[in-house]
Amino acid sequence: MQKIRLRDLFLIFLRIGGFTFGGGYAMLPLIEKELVEERKWLSGQDFLDIIAVIQGIPGIIAINSSLFIGYKLRGILGALSCVLGISLPPIFIITLIAEFLLNLQHNALIVSLFTGIRACVVVIIFWAGYRMGKKAIISYKSLFYTVGMVIGMMVFKLHPIILIGLAGIIGIFTNTESEELNHDHN
Amino acid sequence: MIIIELFITFFKIGFFTFGGGYAMLPLIQEEMLAHEWLTIEQFLDIVAVSQMTPGAIAINNATFVGYKIAGIWGILATTFGVISPSLIIIAIVATLMHKFSDHPYVEAAWQGIRPAVVGLIMVAVISLGREAINGINGVIIGAIALFLIAKVKLHPILVIIISGALGVVVGLV
Repeated sequence: MQKIRLRDLFLIFLRIGGFTFGGGYAMLPLIEKELVEERKWLSGQDFLDIIAVIQGIPGIIAINSSLFIGYKLRGILGALSCVLGISLPPIFIITLIAEFLLNLQHNALIVSLFTGIRACVVVIIFWAGYRMGKKAIISYKSLFYTVGMVIGMMVFKLHPIILIGLAGIIGIFTNTESEELNHDHN
Repeated sequence: MIIIELFITFFKIGFFTFGGGYAMLPLIQEEMLAHEWLTIEQFLDIVAVSQMTPGAIAINNATFVGYKIAGIWGILATTFGVISPSLIIIAIVATLMHKFSDHPYVEAAWQGIRPAVVGLIMVAVISLGREAINGINGVIIGAIALFLIAKVKLHPILVIIISGALGVVVGLV
């Protein structure tokens, strides 16, 4: 397998960093497109695993995802390349704003630009989640976990770390009894 | 020295906040006001600007404060400070994950966790959607974006650019 170049990791995450509007989850559709679908450097499963683990790690979601993916693909240098790429666009933009005291939030043009972008970001995150769901939800049993997560967070207001832990424990008890583990994929 | 103080403060912010984004705001606010690095108005401005620029609020805040207090070196101290705890923890966790990935219990646990994470993403969609898609303009742009990504299969970055342009057109009409 060919080695993934640090320069490519940096450039991909630089591009993603310039278009991650509205919080860490907005990265998901971009990563899914660039690294999972187009380049196949990550499998859909790898990506879901990383999202799960990041819930239990302190820090910023966008930074943690970049570090984790970079580390998985190319070790410490990979992690640094990705995090540099994802951070440079916001650092550059905020420095400009701080230097010139730009007043973006009162500019009518910028406000309507972001009305459109925000609506779009929700939709593309949904689409990435749907595509990942098609691969991860392989039976009624796995649908139970998805529905349980939504109900646990929205109705019972539980923290996602607790629910992910529960899903893992239930997974261990229900998936290791028999041989079904290997057949579940089909 | 101010550079070291900036680094340590932002290291603390990076280390003690789980969940990112808005969960980090109270701690950042407390630290910035306590050090008198920002006024409350400046802090709220940064939060507002963060919603209109790419990138995480914590990085934007770190950049703004670092630049204001100590220029380029300040930015290096604050951003590297906020990132460092994650780098250390992720190096450990990723190594452990790799080591135990073949264990049958671990694979069994992932089979429960993966579909649960899909649910987590959908919860993010619902809570973001409540704020972002309000009014008929948001619904129309959202529907066009869905068509472009799902049917036309455009790259998500292109869909973001087109939606921003649509927002401007609709906003000016």
